[in-house]
Order: sequence, then structure tokens, then C-alpha cells
Amino acid sequence: MSESRKMFLEGVRAEVPLLIGVFPFGMIYGALALNAGLSNSAAQLMSSIVFAGSAQFVTAQLIHEGAPGVVILLTIAVVNLRHMLYSASLAPYLKNLSLRWKVLLSYLLTDEAYAPSIINYEKGGVQPFSHWFLFGAGFALWFIWQMSTALGIFLGAAIPQEWPLDFALPLTFIAMVVPVLKNRPMIAAALSAGFVALLAYGLPFKLGIILAALTGIIAGTVLEGRKSSRGIV
Amino acid sequence: MNIWLVLLLGGLITFGMRFSLIYLFGRFEIPQTMRMALHYVPPAVLSAIIFPELFFHANQFDLSLGNTRLLAGLVAILMAWYTKNTLLTIIAGMTALLIFQYL
Repeated sequence: MSESRKMFLEGVRAEVPLLIGVFPFGMIYGALALNAGLSNSAAQLMSSIVFAGSAQFVTAQLIHEGAPGVVILLTIAVVNLRHMLYSASLAPYLKNLSLRWKVLLSYLLTDEAYAPSIINYEKGGVQPFSHWFLFGAGFALWFIWQMSTALGIFLGAAIPQEWPLDFALPLTFIAMVVPVLKNRPMIAAALSAGFVALLAYGLPFKLGIILAALTGIIAGTVLEGRKSSRGIV
Repeated sequence: MNIWLVLLLGGLITFGMRFSLIYLFGRFEIPQTMRMALHYVPPAVLSAIIFPELFFHANQFDLSLGNTRLLAGLVAILMAWYTKNTLLTIIAGMTALLIFQYL
């Protein structure tokens, strides 16, 4: 077996445990996107064009609420800001690759592809074929994400319209937020954002969401900053 | 804005963020404060969506026991806290909503 293929398969293998968690998530996305009013093809193609789980859920929710395109795009930008961190962290390992590889690996750079790949790079450093590991992990996730979205769209069409399925979106977000509320800055970020979202509910164009998100981000950052500066004194 | 344009631009924004520092390696570093701030993006954005979904009913602020989504949301929060399991949280919240609506 060629060295590149070996690394590719190693990446796929490292990704398998994550795929088990991603599969139901992709199905839920597919079913909810339909319920939020997206067409089959828009729901499916969002999984390949945007290819970012939480941003896709948020987009479906905002389309359901009738938010304007600009607000949806701003929200996608805020939700996906963390990818710049992954980009920064992998950059030194990818610096010698061709532009084509950089573009391909960037497209595949999700949370779930980043996690095993950065561990692999930190352990083994840059080898001639180590980018094939990231490619394997990223491609495995991409493939499963497309498949699970399709299955979710297929099954979602069978769910009766009168079921309050739209409520599954906020429930999904609850399942994402609650486990990260492990310290005071995180809790402050969540609560202050939620509170401002209630106060700003009447603002036009769903701008309240952006305002609330920025408030929460600032609240968390300020609290963490204060804590760490107190630690130095 | 056309839905396809939103998806296309949304995809470009997402790709741009993933590509940005891989492309700019050596020319730009993320400032420390921004690094810190990025951790708070998920809880902030998601809470900004969750709270109005739970507290507003038919465009009215509703803190009464008749607000079934708020009650079901609280059930889901408890489930998420104790199990940290996405699927169980969704099932618990949906079941609670159907029961409260039926009562």
C-alpha cells in the first residue's frame, strides 16, 4: 500500500468514533431544514456548500423566522469565527503544501476533522504524507455528513406537518450550550446574550440576535480577562 | 435575498475563515483577546436564539404556566445538564412539549 493511502486510511480510522456522533446529527439537520421551509435541494446542498453543522442549524432556524439574508450571513460569520483558530493552528503544518491542497483541506476543515488531525500533527510532526491524514479524516466526515443529511431529508418528509418539529431546533441548541456552561464566564456569556435577546426581540431584521451574541461574547471575555489578571496579582 | 445566494455567500464566508490563516501563514497572527473571545461565541449565539424561542409565544413575552415551550425547554435543559447527550435532550424536550400541549 502506498504511503499516502496508508495515511489517508489512518485519518479515516481516527474519524470513525466521531462519525457515530455526527450521523444522527446530520439526520436531524436534514429533517429540520425541511421543516424550516427549505426545499430538498437547498437542504441537501447547504450540507456541501456551507458544510458546517452548527452554522447550518442556525441558518435553517433564521430562514424559518424569515430573517433577511444579511443577518443570516452575519450570524454564519460569527458562528464560524472559531474556524480561524483551527486555520491558525494548522497553518504551520500545511505551509509547504501547494495552493490546491490548501484549498481542499480548508474546505474540509471542520471541528471534527481538526480534532484528530491536530493531535496527529502534534504527535508526529510534518511527514511527507501527513496531510493525507487530514484529508482522510475530513473526507470521511464530509461523506457521512452528505449521506446523513440525505437520509434525514428522506425520513423528514414522512413526519406529519402538524408535529411541532420546529421546536427540535432550539432543543438542539440547548443540547449544544448546556454542556459548555462549566465556569462563570461561560454562564455569564450565555445568560447575558439570552437576556439581551429578550430585550431586543422587537428590533427589526432579527438584529437582536447579533446584538445579543456580541454582548455575550464581550461579557464572557471581560470576565475571563478579569479572572486571569487577578490571578497574576 | 435569494436563498441560493445566501447559501453561496454563507459557504464562501465559511471557507474564507477556514482558509484565511492557512493562506496568510507568517503574515498575520490572531490577537490573544480574540482567541479568548472565540470561546464564548457558541454559548452567546445559541443562547441568543434559545431565549426568545422559549420566552416568546405568538410574539408576546409569556412567563405563565401556559407557555408550554418554556416548560419543555426547562425539561430539556435539565436533561442536557445531567446526560450531556444531544439525542436524549431532543427526545426529552419534544416528549415534554407534546405532553404539556395535551394537558
